[in-house]
Amino acid sequence: MVRYAKPRTVDEALGLLADGDWWILAGGTDFYPALGALPLKRDVLDINGLDELDHITVTADGVTFGARASWTRVVRAELPPAFDALKAAAREVGSVQIQNRATVAGNLCNASPAADGVPPLLALDAQVELRSIEATRRLPLADFVLGNRETARQPNELVTAIHVPGSATSGRSAFVKLGARRYLVISIAMAAANVKIGDDGAIASARMAIGACSPVARRLTALEAALVGRHADAGLLDMFDDAHFAGLTPIDDVRGTAQYRHTAAREIVGRALLAAIGANDERARAA
Amino acid sequence: MMLEKAPLTFTVNDKAVAVEAPPTARLSAVLRDQLGLKGTKVGCDAGDCGACTVAIDGELACACLVPVASAEGCAIRTVEGLAGETLSALQASFLRHGAAQCGICTPGFLVAAARLLEENPTPGEAAVKDALGGVLCRCTGYRKIIEAVMDTHSTSHVMGEVRPLAREEGTESHPSHRREGIAAGKAVGVPIPRLDGAPKVLGTDAFGADAFPADALAALVIRSPHWQAEFAFGDLDRFVAANPGLVAVFTAADIPGINSFGVIPPFADQPALAEGFARFRGEAVAVVVGEREAVAELDPADFPVTWQPRDHALTITEGKSAPPLHAARAGNVMAEGKVRRGDADAAVAASFVTATGRIETSYVEHAYIEPEAGAAWMDGDTLVIQACTQAPVMDRDDTARVLGLPPEKVRILPTATGGGFGSKLDLSLQPLIGLAALKTGRPVALAYTRAESMMSTTKRHPAEMQATIGAGEDGRITGMVFEGDFNTGAYASWGPTVATRVPVHASGPYFTPNYRAVGRGIHTNGPVSGAFRGFGVPQAAIMQETLYDDLAAKLGIDRLAFRLTNALRNGEPTVCGHVMESGVGIADCLEALQPHWKRACEDAEAHNRRQGHIRRGVGVASCWYGCGNTGIPNPSTMKLGITADGKLVLHQGAVDIGQGSNTVIPQICAEALGLPLSAFTLVGADTAITPDAGKTSGSRQTYISGKAAEKSGRALRETILRFANVSSDAEIGLEGRELVVRDGAASRTIDLGSLPADGDGLVFRADESYDPPTVPLDENGQGKPYAVYGWGAQIVELAVDTKLGTVDLIKITAAHDVGRAINPALAIGQVEGGIAQGIGMALMEEYVPGRTENLHDYLIPTIGDVPEIETILVEVPDPEGPFGAKGLGEHVLIPTAPAILNAIRDAAGVLVTKVPATPSRVLAAIKTKERAA
Repeated sequence: MVRYAKPRTVDEALGLLADGDWWILAGGTDFYPALGALPLKRDVLDINGLDELDHITVTADGVTFGARASWTRVVRAELPPAFDALKAAAREVGSVQIQNRATVAGNLCNASPAADGVPPLLALDAQVELRSIEATRRLPLADFVLGNRETARQPNELVTAIHVPGSATSGRSAFVKLGARRYLVISIAMAAANVKIGDDGAIASARMAIGACSPVARRLTALEAALVGRHADAGLLDMFDDAHFAGLTPIDDVRGTAQYRHTAAREIVGRALLAAIGANDERARAA
Repeated sequence: MMLEKAPLTFTVNDKAVAVEAPPTARLSAVLRDQLGLKGTKVGCDAGDCGACTVAIDGELACACLVPVASAEGCAIRTVEGLAGETLSALQASFLRHGAAQCGICTPGFLVAAARLLEENPTPGEAAVKDALGGVLCRCTGYRKIIEAVMDTHSTSHVMGEVRPLAREEGTESHPSHRREGIAAGKAVGVPIPRLDGAPKVLGTDAFGADAFPADALAALVIRSPHWQAEFAFGDLDRFVAANPGLVAVFTAADIPGINSFGVIPPFADQPALAEGFARFRGEAVAVVVGEREAVAELDPADFPVTWQPRDHALTITEGKSAPPLHAARAGNVMAEGKVRRGDADAAVAASFVTATGRIETSYVEHAYIEPEAGAAWMDGDTLVIQACTQAPVMDRDDTARVLGLPPEKVRILPTATGGGFGSKLDLSLQPLIGLAALKTGRPVALAYTRAESMMSTTKRHPAEMQATIGAGEDGRITGMVFEGDFNTGAYASWGPTVATRVPVHASGPYFTPNYRAVGRGIHTNGPVSGAFRGFGVPQAAIMQETLYDDLAAKLGIDRLAFRLTNALRNGEPTVCGHVMESGVGIADCLEALQPHWKRACEDAEAHNRRQGHIRRGVGVASCWYGCGNTGIPNPSTMKLGITADGKLVLHQGAVDIGQGSNTVIPQICAEALGLPLSAFTLVGADTAITPDAGKTSGSRQTYISGKAAEKSGRALRETILRFANVSSDAEIGLEGRELVVRDGAASRTIDLGSLPADGDGLVFRADESYDPPTVPLDENGQGKPYAVYGWGAQIVELAVDTKLGTVDLIKITAAHDVGRAINPALAIGQVEGGIAQGIGMALMEEYVPGRTENLHDYLIPTIGDVPEIETILVEVPDPEGPFGAKGLGEHVLIPTAPAILNAIRDAAGVLVTKVPATPSRVLAAIKTKERAA
């Protein structure tokens, strides 16, 4: 008999995880498509009873998304402009039906290269909180998602929260999604930008991320460094250089060619940047 | 294996319910199977289609993704909770606007829209799209859905309140159709809501998976995971014995008849269950039958079969050089069609200008929201199969052949069909569940999964085409040479029809004095290509219409004017030598578009004067399409009668898959008979009691079955008038059990109860047939392939993002000559729905075998992808069609894709030569051009 458990507390859940290999069921929006029409053969840990994880909390330390926080909760939360990119991504995750059930944490745990949540969270310097019966640890998002469908979560661990540090909650942000149709579409590529502009009109800091152009979405650190100190206007795109996009390894798939992704990546990163700085340019139209 | 069941309580539509279910059971399954709420539809089981949308504590969810454990203590609202004593305002608006065609997606849209309207009673278009973006529709093109939601709380309703309709007793799953308010003899031309619409907006219409017998066994089909493979079974008896609850496994060895089916009998080549050798991925090799819970616990990977994969061919090029899939078909050429007129090569060579090109198209999946589903059982010695279908009599005959039964011992009961578009013309699960019911003696039910539906049923043929067209200095076409290879997959299906129809239509609706065209179907180990709205003509139209833009450019002539110059006229021969003296409506369509063309071109030009990476473009393309079979018989019969107790019964056997024959055919019949539509009771296409009205295919039902209905209506009227001995001007009235016939001042009353009834209980009856007068094509493709054609042309306005290759559609203007719009509202619904499919084919739909067997990798247009559509119904009467009507259903998607490609070229200066024109392909074309410059 396959086991099923729906604990009411995180401690209870961690106790179960310490003993056995469980398939964690949260929003269900990746669980059921993965199951398909096959019979259930794995033990299921249903975390939908963990009310303590269904929250978004804003404190001086930053913003914490409980592991059960849905995309809809993100959309409705009162959050500073640094989270506009994440909210924009939230509105693009599947459909309203999906956004109501799917969780931000689940999007990370599913570890799809095309996960819309990852670039905006990378641009927010997000950290993933993992708890086991023994310990609690926090990993930078880039260290949590390791590859296509691969994360650093150990079998005895539960992702309990995603934390955005206070240092990353200022600035303005934008998200650009590129897909072959308007709704309900897996991204060909997507980009997020988080920019702080100084009183002098120059870029004080920039965090730029691109998704679906490598097994794991990634920050464009060379570009970020090059942007700092530049005046925030549409002319920024002129300084974009191939070296800023080094390290992208897009593939050919049904949604687009690798070559296309190389070209498009640069374009949508540019558009996300223009949208984040509020440039007066038709390319500054975010998702 | 299975999870222990747990007791759960929640409310559904304000009613408390208690169920026992495994906690991870999908809420959709519990609603449907345990609570009997079949209004929540299952289209994909993956959150990709939204058909199962319900509200949980007021928030929308795909019920297929919700563990029933999460419903504990919640308030669930389903479509069944929307109506009270009468339809809700939203449901009435859906009906009024024609927002439901087949109706399978309607419950999902209604639940999502109801949620929106609670928050915002008068939403704008953008809000409606955002709210409904998670529900897919394949029939309507979404525009009527948007209108219906926006208009729900408006006060200016065209039609009155519509009451829910009762089901007719004793007609199995067939709804009755009654309607008030349309006067006798005034039914044609009236935009009445569909007569079978109320059950669709109530969520009570029974589709293939909605009426399974309670005691039915379940079936699991074992399919080839390989493109081509030999296979051998292990110990099947031991497999059955080892899995408690299983009843039997059936293989080809169990098939009592001829294990070879096909829609075109001389080409029948497809086994119901493969015999030791599978020719495509997804081909059925065995059926496991057992109790429902036992079958649900099976993993096909545990089934005892061993596979020996063999070399395979997937592309046309590979197919041509591969060993034949079928011994008699050398070079894997399944069929070839030719049309030859004049000396095309000489005419092209001598032309003032010529244009030459190549176009490639992809597999296109029908993607109806209802996967194939049905049940079979024995009724005495008759096998009854109740399933969704487009072709009940063909299903009966082919299933009987496979199962070794006389046709009259198979009875097909069509359910409501949740979209078909050509693929539900072919057998799918009928012989499988039929075999299982025949052998076990128990009812057997099966609903395909989305993946199973996509991998095993037919597709639109991928095409590789090349053509050259010439024109003179005067702008007139001199000649055309066309050659097209079509990937027909592993079995013939409708491939021969594609090979025939393509050369007949590849000229487009233009006078082409010299012509040579060849269409070939090439076997590969890809999915079986069959019928899909247009039978290859939409592919060929891309080839021809893009070359027409080349020619217009070379001649310096406006693109619409060039088409108008060459539009076929009455009295001019088609490429098949068919001369029509009247009814050729293409010039009328193009003329109707002229002011729109001028405006659209000016708008685009004005936009493009600004610099920037968003470039606007305008494109135009035309269509023509012959209605019914090509040069071979294609009859329909309509049975009409009056019972002794005064019931007017129309046996309407033209299956309504959403296109509207349940409404249009009665409208025609009512007009001919002279009794009001409200007097009619419809009986559906049950093969045991309703004559054959042919298949719903080839845009033939309005014309051919409509003509049969017109003849039956007139014949019944004639019989009654003769009985009453009155003149042909007399008016007939049906008043209870009496017929009242009024002729001027004279009036006669006929007491129906006093007349002798026949075996069907009818006291007056008419059974009239109609078969189009066609002339078979000769060896040069000359003849009169169709008696009636429909015509049309569309303008597409769009914007191309030249940095990303993305395309934004702005507006489509469509002019279609329907001869006579029997029901203008339904005709517009066909236009919008066809355009949506054309958009998909042009911009996003590419079925990659083995890779896109779901609705998130295979993309069809969403509500945000269909722009404003302005439809102009042109009425150039056809001398043959009923009340002048012509076919429309397939025509409507033919011009869309070429008009889009032409508009992309107008905007960005590049022609994309492989569809779909994805952002990748559009940008690659732009980059290639930039490098060349």
